[in-house]
Amino acid sequence: MRPLRRLLDKVGPHFEKGGRFESYQALYEMVDTLFYSPSDVSRHAPHVRDAIDLKRVMGLVVIGVLPCAVVAMWNTGYQANLAIEALGLSAPADWRGALMEALAIGHDPNSIVGATFHGMLYFAPIYLVTLLAGGVWEILFAGIRNHEINEGFFVTSILYALTLPATTPLWQVALGISFGVVMAKEVFGGTGKNFMNPALVGRAFLYFAYPIEMSGEAVWTPPIDVVTGATPLAIGAERGVAGILEQGVTWMDAFLGPIQGSIGETSALACLIGGALIVYTGVASWRIIAGVMLGLVTTTVLFNVIGSDTNPMFAMPWYWHLVLGGFAFGMIFMATDPVTACVTNPGRWIFGFLVGLITVVIRVVNIAFPEGIMLAILFANIFAPTIDHFVMRANISRRLRRNV
Amino acid sequence: MSSAAKRALLDPVVDNNPVTLHVLGICSALAVTTSLLPSLYMCLALTVVAALANAAVSTIRHVLPSSIRIIVQMTIIASLVIVVDESLQAFAFETSRELSVFVGLIITNCIVLGRTESFASKNPVGLSFLDGIGNGLGYSVILILVASTRELLGAGTLLGYTILPNVADGGWYSPNGMMLLPPSAFFIIGLIIWAVRSWKVEQVEKPGFRIHEVHRTEAL
Repeated sequence: MRPLRRLLDKVGPHFEKGGRFESYQALYEMVDTLFYSPSDVSRHAPHVRDAIDLKRVMGLVVIGVLPCAVVAMWNTGYQANLAIEALGLSAPADWRGALMEALAIGHDPNSIVGATFHGMLYFAPIYLVTLLAGGVWEILFAGIRNHEINEGFFVTSILYALTLPATTPLWQVALGISFGVVMAKEVFGGTGKNFMNPALVGRAFLYFAYPIEMSGEAVWTPPIDVVTGATPLAIGAERGVAGILEQGVTWMDAFLGPIQGSIGETSALACLIGGALIVYTGVASWRIIAGVMLGLVTTTVLFNVIGSDTNPMFAMPWYWHLVLGGFAFGMIFMATDPVTACVTNPGRWIFGFLVGLITVVIRVVNIAFPEGIMLAILFANIFAPTIDHFVMRANISRRLRRNV
Repeated sequence: MSSAAKRALLDPVVDNNPVTLHVLGICSALAVTTSLLPSLYMCLALTVVAALANAAVSTIRHVLPSSIRIIVQMTIIASLVIVVDESLQAFAFETSRELSVFVGLIITNCIVLGRTESFASKNPVGLSFLDGIGNGLGYSVILILVASTRELLGAGTLLGYTILPNVADGGWYSPNGMMLLPPSAFFIIGLIIWAVRSWKVEQVEKPGFRIHEVHRTEAL
């Protein structure tokens, strides 16, 4: 590591005020603090002594998402390879197929390596484009504002990439993340000042701008254009749990992940493993997750009791809601975003409950939208400051009464 | 043209724009800007109403008791709006159906009442008329910008003529469905305000309060 330190020290002065690369200081700072703890210390009280900072917090979230990302790559490749097998093709007819043939990696759905590699060829371009397009905006604004470039964007980018369907055109990927980063985060002042989750705003932009690619019957298009698959959630919206089971998808499948859906959302198990890590390390609030679960169970039981002859979604039990669509992913990684969720403990319960409730209401009652977690979280984000406000007012008036 | 007249006419276009500086008339700017043609009619209707209402209010400004001035101004504006609405239905029926209630809602458009109240009731007729035209122009500039962006990106057309051939018709452009939904007008107007205020810095509002903020290089 010594040579790296020496190199950084040597080029460092050029990036300081008056140096040749003054305007790129944020870039130097990013690389420097990624490898080493900053040497500058605060001079005035109060000091907070803590081993954790924004960089490590964000790093932990990225590690938490990794199980999802791995399962996601495997499942994407698995689904693609299944489709190839079902069509009786020898190889996918695009650059992915050519590359896999060149590397002598087969497309047997049962081969874990082959499936993961094939899935990676879907995920990697999307993720790289996200990093590049979003990163450019991030650096641009950090440079103008004299802010640091921080790791918040790494979290945003990987979460965003995982919420997209595998076949999203790359220019749409770039457009969505640009919208999310600029309109949801930078216009409000950058990291920590946004009131909505930028990854979800980018996703929502694509959802409304290009509904054909993002939702509906043809959302999951494995490698060859003739095969399109409705996600189990979309089938459920039409024919209920029975329809999903008819397709050969059991609850266990939906829990473990080998079903069709957006890249990273299919495996509830992987989300829960990652969730355990970020809750254990205190990065995510367990109260929000518990609140979402409470909202989910209460609302679904309510709908189950009401019942409906025409809408099969009324009868779907809560444990199916949990494993279908992006519910687990959104609950664990999106709703717990410390910036856009509530910051008071009672507020977190209310915030979570609101997310669970609205998700189920959208899924069950609104026929136009099979998935509701994205809109539910954005909706709850908007109300988070209001919820906090009233929690704090209640605190203040309780304490005033105590001291009469 | 005297300098006062010139100011009354041209100031509202950029420097004192009713939409970007005063943020008035947003409701119709969101609702009618899905495509360019109805927006043009809307601009025309608003400009006519604003100019004539200003002139009429200015004419009677010395005999108008101040306790009932608002209700009188509303009556004048409402009558003008009905005339404009009827004329649109007579000469441009299809577009007037597309605009539906929004021509009628010019009555409640804050730009018109704002100008009669703040300008026409204190200034001579000619100047008030020009001020009405000027504010109509300022509103029109923004509306045309928003509507052209939305129609071009949302449908690939301008005034119905294809500019960007759609994928569905064998072209290359995928229309952006978001642009056909009202929230997109919010984003576009916001971006226009951002651009205008970066250009004309004096339009930036003073912050109501300031969170103490120390930038990285200052702290070290």
